[in-house]
Amino acid sequence: MADLHRFANPTRFLRLAGYIQPWAAGIFFISLAAGLYMGLYASPGDYQQGESARIMYVHVPAAWMAMFCYTIMAVASAVSLIWKHPLSDVAARATAPIGAAFTFLALATGSLWGKPMWGTWWVWDARLTSVLVLLFLYIGYMALQGAFDDRTRAAKASAVLALVGFVNVPIIKFSVDWWNTLHQPASVIKMGGSSIDPSMLWPLLIMALAFKAYYVWVLMIRMRTELVDNKVRIMRLRQVHGG
Amino acid sequence: MGQFIFLIRRDLSLAFRQGMDSVMVVVFFVIAVVLFPFGVGPEPGVLERISAGVIWVAALLAAMLSLERLFQTDYEDGSLELLALSSLPMEVTVLAKVVAHWITTGLPLIVAAPVLAVLMQMDAGGFGVLILALLLGTPSLSLIGAVGAALILGSRRGGVLLSLLVLPLYIPVLIFGVSAVDGAIGGYEYQAQLMILGGFFAGSLALAPFAGAAGLRQSLE
Repeated sequence: MADLHRFANPTRFLRLAGYIQPWAAGIFFISLAAGLYMGLYASPGDYQQGESARIMYVHVPAAWMAMFCYTIMAVASAVSLIWKHPLSDVAARATAPIGAAFTFLALATGSLWGKPMWGTWWVWDARLTSVLVLLFLYIGYMALQGAFDDRTRAAKASAVLALVGFVNVPIIKFSVDWWNTLHQPASVIKMGGSSIDPSMLWPLLIMALAFKAYYVWVLMIRMRTELVDNKVRIMRLRQVHGG
Repeated sequence: MGQFIFLIRRDLSLAFRQGMDSVMVVVFFVIAVVLFPFGVGPEPGVLERISAGVIWVAALLAAMLSLERLFQTDYEDGSLELLALSSLPMEVTVLAKVVAHWITTGLPLIVAAPVLAVLMQMDAGGFGVLILALLLGTPSLSLIGAVGAALILGSRRGGVLLSLLVLPLYIPVLIFGVSAVDGAIGGYEYQAQLMILGGFFAGSLALAPFAGAAGLRQSLE
């Protein structure tokens, strides 16, 4: 924790974030271009699903990010509740809308894929339902953040909510194993090695890297904005109180 | 233990003296269910098919309606601060409040449910399981709801916000509650669903008081 607390100093963090941000943006654009090229042109279509399987290159990384962002949010919330690390509040708050956007993207692309493959936009299957609940949890979290005038209260209340809602993440991950559902079970990360062909695995992993870099990029922007916003607020308060 | 029971008795006598709260919850429950035959038409086949789901959803909403006041009045008149100062751990305070909430809302809902099941043309084979499922499910609703009720203290638009926070977390209870009753009506296995409901109850009983207490503490800072 001693190392983490070094970055509790917002000025030091701002400098670090300013350094990370262009790198994350660069990795995002390069890996997105490479991943899209490999996924859409250079890789074969699926032998059963044909070309529409390519939507996987967006859908799967988005779904991974949806769970990843919630996990980050829950960890940051735990850190802020336990160690009162000032930046973890900011990180959790900044992560929520990004995670919600990824969740929505995963649901939307899944639905677009489901129409030709399953013949329906939506099924009430365990994986889909639990991801929908995840979207509701993100929305509830953001609503709770906005419901208080006092920012520290908002941060604490929503940190508790994020931790309570975390029970949903393992349910999403294992829903395809626990219930016999329409959604296909895991094929990339599983016992006994990946069952996906390398020609499809590589574009998928590169797209996952692109999404992760995008997350880091936007997170840095949002956290910097919030820290600067805090500074401005404190300066205004000082002006008002004549300090 | 003495303090715990005293707190439950205090909340119960407050609820009974102040009046109509738990009666209102049951009336809402009944009206919400009665709306469905008007909405989907009175054919017995249709009503029977949806009866378990409608009763569960209405019970969920009714339990949620009364949650807003679980800590709100104590928060506003300052007795919550006194409770925080007392020797009773905050977790036990939350548990006592939840028990009182369940007695004043969960229990009346369970009593009213068979009558509504008759109105919804439910097969008589489902009654016992409906009551059993509600007995196992409604305590979880009160427990999970207490976390939400603690988090919204002092916020704007608390009631609407509460539904947004709590309803997604109610979905698992709803799924297994309905499938237990449907299983019993259809003549399938329903013990597994009841056990999962019991598992939810045990899990939320162990965890929700801590989350609720964390929520209350931050509201008092």
